[in-house]
Order: sequence, then structure tokens, then C-alpha cells
Amino acid sequence: MSTSSLSRRHFLMGTALAGSAAFLGLPRMARAEALDKLTVGFIYVGPKDDYGYNQAHAEGAAALKSIPGVTVVEEENVPETIDVQKTMESMINFDGATLLFPTSFGYFDPHILEMAAKYPDVRFEHAGGMWQADKHPTNVGSYFGYIGMGQYLNGVVAGHMTKTKKIGFVAAKPIPQVLLNVNSFLLGARSVDPTITCQVIFTGEWSLAVKEAEATNALCDAGCDVITCHVDSPKVVIETAAGRGAYVCGYHANQSSLAPDKYLTGAEWNWSKVYTDMITATMAGEPIPNFVRGGLAEGFIKMSPLGPAVTPEAKADFEAKQAEILKGGFAVIKGPLKDNKGNVIAAEGEAFVETDVKLESMDYLVEGVLGSTS
Amino acid sequence: MDNDIGLWAIPIAILGGAIRVSTPFLFVSLGEVLTERSGRINLGLEGTLVFGAMSGYAVACLTGSAWAGVAVAALAGAVFGLVHGLICSLPKVNDIAIGIAMMLLGMGLAFYFGKPFIQPVAPDLPSIPFGGWSGLPQLEAALNVNVLFLIGAALSVFFWWMLRSTRIGLILRVVGDSTDAARAMGLRPAIIRTLATGAGGAMAGVGGAYLSLYYPGSWNEGISSGQGLMAVALVIFARWNPIACFFAALLFGGAGALGPALQSVGVSSGYYLFYAAPYVLTLGVMIAISSPSRAMTGAPGELSLTK
Amino acid sequence: MADVTAMVQAGARAGAGEGWRAALARKSEAVVLPVGALLAGLAIFGFFLMTQGKSPAEFYGLVYKAGFGSWFSWQNTLSRAAPLLFAALCVALPARLGLVVIGGEGAIVLGGVAAGALGVVLSGASSWVGLPLMALAAALVGGLWIGTVGALRHYRGVNETIASLLMSYIAIALMNHIVEGPLRDPASLNKPSTAPLPDALRVGNIPGAELHWGLPVGILCCILSWALIDRTTWGFAARIAGGNVRAAQVQGLPVGRLILGFTALGGAFAGLAGFFETSAVLGSANASLAAGYGFTGILIAFLARHNPLAIIPVACLLAGFEASSGLIQRRMDLPDATVLVLQGFVFVAILLSDALYGRFKIFTPERWRT
Repeated sequence: MSTSSLSRRHFLMGTALAGSAAFLGLPRMARAEALDKLTVGFIYVGPKDDYGYNQAHAEGAAALKSIPGVTVVEEENVPETIDVQKTMESMINFDGATLLFPTSFGYFDPHILEMAAKYPDVRFEHAGGMWQADKHPTNVGSYFGYIGMGQYLNGVVAGHMTKTKKIGFVAAKPIPQVLLNVNSFLLGARSVDPTITCQVIFTGEWSLAVKEAEATNALCDAGCDVITCHVDSPKVVIETAAGRGAYVCGYHANQSSLAPDKYLTGAEWNWSKVYTDMITATMAGEPIPNFVRGGLAEGFIKMSPLGPAVTPEAKADFEAKQAEILKGGFAVIKGPLKDNKGNVIAAEGEAFVETDVKLESMDYLVEGVLGSTS
Repeated sequence: MDNDIGLWAIPIAILGGAIRVSTPFLFVSLGEVLTERSGRINLGLEGTLVFGAMSGYAVACLTGSAWAGVAVAALAGAVFGLVHGLICSLPKVNDIAIGIAMMLLGMGLAFYFGKPFIQPVAPDLPSIPFGGWSGLPQLEAALNVNVLFLIGAALSVFFWWMLRSTRIGLILRVVGDSTDAARAMGLRPAIIRTLATGAGGAMAGVGGAYLSLYYPGSWNEGISSGQGLMAVALVIFARWNPIACFFAALLFGGAGALGPALQSVGVSSGYYLFYAAPYVLTLGVMIAISSPSRAMTGAPGELSLTK
Repeated sequence: MADVTAMVQAGARAGAGEGWRAALARKSEAVVLPVGALLAGLAIFGFFLMTQGKSPAEFYGLVYKAGFGSWFSWQNTLSRAAPLLFAALCVALPARLGLVVIGGEGAIVLGGVAAGALGVVLSGASSWVGLPLMALAAALVGGLWIGTVGALRHYRGVNETIASLLMSYIAIALMNHIVEGPLRDPASLNKPSTAPLPDALRVGNIPGAELHWGLPVGILCCILSWALIDRTTWGFAARIAGGNVRAAQVQGLPVGRLILGFTALGGAFAGLAGFFETSAVLGSANASLAAGYGFTGILIAFLARHNPLAIIPVACLLAGFEASSGLIQRRMDLPDATVLVLQGFVFVAILLSDALYGRFKIFTPERWRT
């Protein structure tokens, strides 16, 4: 894995995987022996070829299959009920899995926490969770990426490409991860033109094809001409928006093949790198830190290649801002900033950099986003 | 370029939503009208719809022709309908339970065989732009009407006429109203019901193909959110009248567009409650038109659901 | 419904001095036919697997291993069966009156929300006070919800199948609105939920097993429901009314009260399923309450021919299939929908066997001498 000077600054992040386990006062784990065999279990909440969230994780898992000694077992469409607890136990009991990746947010509390208490020798790595040293077992870890940065860059391109000065966002539920993406998308666009507004429509479900299509149409009717989304499977939104003549920005995975002419860029997960690093570390007997985060610089997320419609000015601005983000310490949420109800989010000079954990409990939409959080 | 149409967005969205979303409801409910008029209920149309969506998409992918997909979806739907019909022809078999089991089987087979077709992109069904005169992009989009919708509208008039004025319609109605009377007329109710169930299945298959080949226009396991089940409800709502089915489907589709449209004009709190509007509306109308003292007018006498 | 009357008549005949062999023959029909149909369904599915180039032997071996082969597997199966028992009762009880209620999911979801909401209010209460109150609230909400379906049917003539389906969609929307709106715990972040229940208000496991108390309570509810239907005058009246509503009314049976009572009782059981999901499994009310148990319950009830005692083994069978789904995905590289296909074949086969009742001489003593 890369241990460039870039990533080393982010003490919480990727570099820690390579072995620098002493940080933030977390309990230093005993160095385990190197392993020659490892069974890893992946659990997905939806189908693993959904062009979205689950596919991104499944592609990460697929990258592990070529590592010698590693066996990957997978299960898809596992609901966030007792089902997932039993699936974890079944992978432990029948397949001998000692490292599990239950990838949906809702698996964390109570399901992973209960299984972690019952199986202290198994390690549970959870995407998106907020592992806290004082509350959670040490055999649980949580990892996530600063994908909001990707939505910010989506927004930068969108800001250049929009003619109506109105961009749209199809969102599943008003939860922190989604709100950060909506806000970042708008603030990216506003970095180009501060008069741009972003209309958000919540569908209320993670995967509901017809409602996503209707929401996309409503956005187009409202005059939005660049559209992105945060739902589990963006395929419907991308195809519908492009069909209505709007530009689209992708999410979760690369959807450019669905709308080659209209696809501007997209914020993609790069789990194959993250998982490969984690498994390589585990095989070498290195511990995985309990709280892992990373962004563009650490290779946790990546941007889809810019589409043919992107203008040279947009491209130049995108590349400049991407370079800025790659330097680290970038703040999308910075003062002066109000939410769309008029409350001050950040005073002049105040900034929440991408690594700030406060961003992970976001409960507001910033000024310029049309929509409400409940 | 000023595309801001303010609150006009709501009626236009409802119109557009009604046309876009209603087609699967329309096809499934028209098919179910034929089935129920013959005195049988097929609650498994949700499974048929999903299987139709999958098989239609798969065939469209493989052949490059969306219409070939529709044809195969109709065929697959007919097979499901015929199987349901044949099983229900046996004595003592509960048609509601068989419907639920067939729903499970249809969805299971669709998901099983549909895995390789989630990724590929299939050709879309064509649509006819009726809104070019308006110069308003929103209205143009709303009036971009799919051919299947037009076929469905025509079929609802045709079925209405057929049930009223043709020999086939008469046979269906007699069989549906009284098995004994039908036998006395020398008809064979079991065969007629089975054929009517097959026809209903074919219609449901086409409704599924609309979902995967036009709107939303892709195949995945969440493509149907209960359209097949709701369409069966709409038949009762429409009192077994094909033309009423057309309006019921439009109403239901339009009500479904209300939630996103309201959010787009700024009414954004409580969207779950707006999303429930179609269900509340349907329930309200059902309560209003039902009566405790007499059987529902228009209800086929042999229908297990209303006995 | 007609077969209920037939059963009553058969029962009457059985009581009229028939020999034990005849009685045994009658009883065994209800076991042999569905088991035979189950085996036939498994065989058909085996052929399906062979067309897919997979080994049926390996498949059924894995179903046994993951569903029933060990104590862990049994616990897996039984913990999945717990909510299904309640959900099936919500279908089976109204069915005794000839009503097809398919919206138990709504009562489960709202029961779970009621338990979660009351748990927040009672956060300082002890287990002995808090849990019964939460269970009561869940049962009350569930009972009101499905009871409304019964009332609409009786007083307005609204079709109960469609009404309950519509109401389940409405209930899920209400649940989402409540857990993401007024009752959302701000700390629940990316999985909007009500506030977590304190430990005192969590239903624990029965001693010596990793099974929460929902399972024994569910079994008890099945037994009580059976006693209600088979051993009380209310149950007898319900069976008569289910056979023929008009005749029941002519005989002066309180059909209205029966409909309200049976639908409300079924709904109350479904509400209890929601209580156990919230309190024993999830620890707070959230969207995971809508896990489809209500819809699986429909099938279980029909397969059990609405006999509350038969619900217990049928729910275990179904839960066992579902428990094995994961291992089948992992070991045989089959999609998760495989178990859905299996269930489809098995259910169609078992329901088809309804046509065979009374066809076999061995089960029909009247035909022994002819």
C-alpha cells in the first residue's frame, strides 16, 4: 500500500493500516503471528450487482480473491434483522471466518455489537459505523471514506455545466452521510457560482425504482439540469435524468456506461484498495486500527474519468480543486455558512476539515439547498 | 432560459406521473378483470409482473428488440396464468393461497434467472411526443406517451365493449356469475376460467415489461414495489369495469407522483405521509363505495374474494 | 371455509362410535398428504436444480446442516420462526371466519413502534412493569389496526383482503414517518430509530439457549388459539359463521362481535411480534421492523390450513429453509433467490394436495367396505 508523504499526515487513515498502530491512545494490540490462511466474510444488504453501494463493496471483495491463502465467502440480500446476526454466526461456525465485513450501516447496532461480544476472537469491520473506544468492543472496527469530497467535486463540475443555476439531488433518507453529500454537492457548485441552488428530493427508501424515477422527473420539471443521487442503486436515476436531457454525476460506482454523453463525473468508492490493504495487514499479523477513515488522497474514494461533455474550464477547475483536496485538510463546510433555516453552522473563519468526526453527525442542509431534513 | 413554472409543476407532475406510472397498474388490472369476471382471482400477478419484467428485459437485451421482450413477457405471463388456472380448476384448492404461492415462485424464478441481466442495458420501448406544441419542457416530458399506455387505453375500451356486447364477453360473465348456469348452457367453466386466467397473466407480463423496458426502464430486484398486488386491489376499486380500471390506474399513478412533486415545490416535511396518499385515497374510496347490506355491484357471483 | 364445516361433520361422525382404526385413518390423512406433497415439492425442486447443473443431494444436505443439523442450526431456525408464529396467527384466526387478512405486516410494524415509543416514556421502569405494558401497548395497537379491518368489513362491507393490504402500506409509511420524524433519536445517525431501550426493557433469552422469549410465547399463543377455536363456544360459533355467515346470523350468532374479536385478536398477536422485534432483537423501533414477516405469515397460515397447532411445525420448516439460504449461497454458488424458488415449488405442491383430500380410500373409512 502507499505510504506516501501525502497519506502519512492523516494519522487516522490509510497509513495506520500499514502498521503504525499507536495513535490516538487506542489500545495497542498485541502483534499477532503472520497468517497463512484467512477466511473473510462479506455481507451485503442488497444484491451485489446493483450498480451501487453493494456492488462497490462486492468489487472490493472480489479483489481479495487473488490474494494467496485468502478465502472470501459472501451473502447478499441480508436484512438488518436477526438474519444478519445468524448470517455472521453461520459464517463463523460453518466457514471458519475470522474477519467479517458486514457492509450495511444498519448492521452495526445492535447486530454486530452483539456478535462481537459473543465471538471475541473474530474481528468485525463495519463500513460507516462510529466506533468509540469507551463504548464498543475492541474486536470491532469501523471504516469509511470521505465521499462527500467526491460529491463536492461532482458539484464543481455541475456548477460549470448548469445553465439554469439549479441542480438536483435524489436522496434516500435524511441521514448524516446523505446530508453531507447533498451539502457538499451544492457547495462544490457554489464554489463556481454562489447563486446556484440545489433541490433535494427524499424517496424515503434505499432502493425503490419507481419513486426514484419519479423524483428524478420532478427535479427535471423543477428546472434542475445536473442531477446526482445517493440511493443504493443509482442506475434508475442516471438513466432517467439522462433521458430527460439533464447532465448526471455518478455515485457509489462508475455509471458512465449508462449515459455516456450526459455523464460528467462521479464519486466512487475504491474498496478494493481499502480491503486489500486490510487483508494484507491481517495476513502479515498486523492489527487493523479500530477507526479507519480516508479520502481521495488515501485512495478510499476516486472520481470517474470526466465525460466528453465537460468543458475545458470545468475540467481545469475540477483538476485544481482535486489537487487542493489531495493536499489534505480541505474543508467543504467552512464559515461563514448558515443552514437553510438561517442557523449559523460555521462562523467566519471556522472550518470543519474532511477528517472532522462532527461531520458524521450532520443534521442540517446548508443555505441554498431546497428541501428539509424531516 | 426560464423554466420555472412555480406551482404549475404540481398538476403537470401529476399528469405526467399518471401517464408514466399508471401503465403497469392498467395492464395488470385489465388482465385481472378478465380473470375475475370469469369467477376466479389471481393474487399471484405480482410474481407474474416481476417475471414479465425480468424475461422481457432479458430477451430485449439478447435480441436487441424491445418488442420481442414484450412478446416474451406476455408469453411467460400467459404460462404463469395458465398454470394458476389449471391448479385452481382442481377441486378444493384455494385460489387465494395458490396465488400467494405462485407469487413467490414467480419472484423466485425471476430473481434466480435475472441475476445476469441486472448489469446490461436493454433497448427502451418507443414513446410518442404529444407535447411539442406547448414549448414547455415540463409538459413535453409529461406528454411523452409510451405506446403501451396507448395500447392499454385502447384495450380498456375494447374489453369494456367485449364484455358488454360480444359472445366471449357473455360467456365470461355467465361463467363468472354462476357455475351451474354456465353448465346448463353447455359451457365448461373450468376451461373458460383457465383461459381467462392465462389471458390475465399475459397482460400482467406486459405490465412487467413496461416497468423494465420503459419506466423506470431497467431490471433489478426492486423494480416492482407491489404494483401487481395493488392492481388487484384496483380491480375491486374499479368494480370489474375495464374503463373504470383505466381511470383508477391513472388516479393511482397520479397520486404516486404527488409526493416528489410536492417536495420539488418546497412542501418537504412529512413526505412519507404524502407517499402514502395513493393507499389512503384508494382505501377512502373503497370505504365510500362499499355497502354492508348488499354485495358489491358488478361483483362476479363466483368470486371467492367477495363471497 | 367449506372444509371447516366438513371437518365439523367428520368430527361428529368420528365421535359417533367409530373404531380407533377409522379415527386414526381420518387423522393421518391430514399428516400424510401434506408431508407427501412436501416431498413431491422437494423432488420437483431437485429436478430444477439438476437442470441448473447442481446436485440436489448437496443442496438438501446443506438445508439439513444449516437448518436442522445442530443445536446452532436449530437456534438459527427457531429464532427466525418466532415472529412468523405470531404473523401466521394474524391470518389464521380471521380465516376461521372466512376472512382473508393479508395485512399483518402493518400490525407488526405499528406494534413495534408502540413498544419502542412506550419504552422511551418508561425508561426508568423495572422489567416487571415496563415489559408487560409495552407488550400490552403493542398488542393493543396491532389489535386496533386489524380490528379496524374487521370493523370496516362488518359495518361497511369493505373487502378485508384489499383493506388490510392497503393499511399495511399505510402502516409502514406511518412507521417511517414516526421513527424519522417525531420520535427519532438524534444519536441514531445513519439508521434513524427511536431512542435505544434501556437494558431493563429488553426481552432477554430463555435460559440455556440463544432464543428470546418470543418463541415460547408464540408457541403458547398458538396453543391458546387452538384451544379457543377447538374447545370453546366462541370457537364453535366462529367455525359455524365461517362456514356460512347467513346461516350463522339466522341462528342468532353474534357475527359482528365474532368478526371484530377474531380480527382484533389476530392483530394483537401480530402486534406482539412487533413488540418482540423491538424489545428482543432491535433494541429500538426502526425501519427494520418491516422485514416481511407479515407476508411470510400468510403462507404459513394457509399451509397450516389455518390450524394454530399446525402453524408451529410449518413456521419451523419455513424458517429452516431461510436459515439455510446463506450456506447455500456460499457453498453452492447459487443466488439468494434459490430458496425463494424452493419455497414456491414446495408451497404450490402442498396447496395442490388440497385437491387430494378424500380421494384415497385408506383415509376414508366410509369407503373401506365398498
